[in-house]
Amino acid sequence: MNTKTEEKFFRVLMFLSTIFIVGVLLLIVVSVLYKGLPSLSFTMLTTIPKGGFYFGEEGGILNAIIGSIYLSLGATFLAFIIGWPIALYMNVYLVKHHTLVNAIRFVFDVLWGVPSIVYGAFGFILMVFLGVRASLLAGIITVSLFIVPIMVRAIDESLKSVPRGLLESALSLGSTRSEISYRIFSREAFQGIITAILLSFGRAIGDAASVLFTTGYTDRIPTSLMEPSATLPLSIFFQLSSPIEAVQDRAYASATVLISMVLIISLLSRFIGNRRN
Amino acid sequence: MKHIRLTRYRKWRNVFHQSWMMIALLAMLFIPLVLVAGLIMKSMLLLENHPLFELLFSSDWSPLSSRFGFLPFIVSSLWITILSLLISAPVCLLTAIHLTQYAKRWVLRIMHPVIDILAGIPSVIFGVWGILVIVPFISHQLGPLFGKSVSGYSILAGAFVLSIMIIPFMLNMLIDIIKAVPNELQEASLSLGASKWQTIKFVVVRKALPGIVSSFGLGMSRAFGETIAVLMVVGNVTRIPTGVFQPGYPLPALIANNYGEMLSIPLYDSALMLAALILFLVVLMFNVFSRFLILKAETH
Repeated sequence: MNTKTEEKFFRVLMFLSTIFIVGVLLLIVVSVLYKGLPSLSFTMLTTIPKGGFYFGEEGGILNAIIGSIYLSLGATFLAFIIGWPIALYMNVYLVKHHTLVNAIRFVFDVLWGVPSIVYGAFGFILMVFLGVRASLLAGIITVSLFIVPIMVRAIDESLKSVPRGLLESALSLGSTRSEISYRIFSREAFQGIITAILLSFGRAIGDAASVLFTTGYTDRIPTSLMEPSATLPLSIFFQLSSPIEAVQDRAYASATVLISMVLIISLLSRFIGNRRN
Repeated sequence: MKHIRLTRYRKWRNVFHQSWMMIALLAMLFIPLVLVAGLIMKSMLLLENHPLFELLFSSDWSPLSSRFGFLPFIVSSLWITILSLLISAPVCLLTAIHLTQYAKRWVLRIMHPVIDILAGIPSVIFGVWGILVIVPFISHQLGPLFGKSVSGYSILAGAFVLSIMIIPFMLNMLIDIIKAVPNELQEASLSLGASKWQTIKFVVVRKALPGIVSSFGLGMSRAFGETIAVLMVVGNVTRIPTGVFQPGYPLPALIANNYGEMLSIPLYDSALMLAALILFLVVLMFNVFSRFLILKAETH
């Protein structure tokens, strides 16, 4: 095979694999929506499961929707107040210590790769150790543990692009480093920070493996941090394991709800990210 | 000359913020250590009674009679991980080359959101999609094609769903890595009379090879730890799989499936924590190795 035909052959392959990726995304979204939209109803979104819900009778998934939102908001907030200062510290305080900062980045990159089920198991050990039951709080802590690395690295990437000269001139004018961190660097990297928050929130709302052990599952809407809570991914998972078709249909409808939430978050962060350019 | 003095308040505020930042950083760096320590502590209970070798290489899994052989789960995990990489690696590499070398700007403008959205889809959705599309496809089309009647819940289904899940992750890295190959190198190659394709094959890919390998390594470690999506389509049968159409039972699925009953059977929780430990160590190894490779490639 000569080079010309070889190139042609591979160009076709490359084109096909690009099409494949777009096609798969469309297929995922369309097949879930196609199956889920017909069973989606207003009552499903606004009621909690009634008596025979898991046998295909009345009720909705409001408990899971609210639970997921509580959980993700809590975890994102916690991860933010931990991750944001860490990223600032790396870029404003440790700016002279290149090796150290790179080592920290390395650790967070590696932590980013740790599977969420491992965090779930760890959260469970902690719970047993502290004698707490599965609760919203335990879930929030576990989920925040695994989104902190994402938060740190995402904010860090946008802080990295703030010009170094800004730091030097602010220092020479007598600003303290904390003022530089929060008033100058955070403002410069504002859009990056928002994108990081949305990214973490999306991760938090979609993860099932880490909340499986720690958040429990209940049909009620939690009223305090110490109560267990339902979450959307788990509600999809449980409903889909049911042998009853009506319940399975509702799992697809719940999947539609989850995928719409995630798509909205995706679009939102794209919109915010694009305004930068 | 007039000194600009920090008021006591500003100084205090700086100290406060700096301490909080430092505490947060140290705490987060401390967490992996606590995590490993916790997992080791929990799995010690099991390791005291059973030698590690027996646990890893025995295929006898019956928690009720206190026999814990992890081999079926380890083998399933390996099958699924390697198979998913075999599917996704060529697709990712080809697409990355296409997007960085040949594609028009408008294609890139479509592909970036596509990759981002695909990366953001929760794993449970991939599982739902697997049940809706992949499992029936294997059971109705692919199985009969090979003359087999299968349920579809199989290693192959798990691998296929996984391969789609790791595509955006690997593709993003590959695009960055290939973009980082210096333009001068390509220009030098082109000016020597090499065609574009020869340049890509012998210069771009060659130069980016460490990065390409490490992105595959990271993709593999991601696949190894993925739980819910695989759990939903893989069948979960405790037996060493001998073919891709057979059901499997990978390690993460083992942990996730049995969390409910693990406290009622002695040593069961310890065994599951050992599974989590194995998972953690394998993923850690892959990650450290791959990231190290990237770092080395960047500095040279």
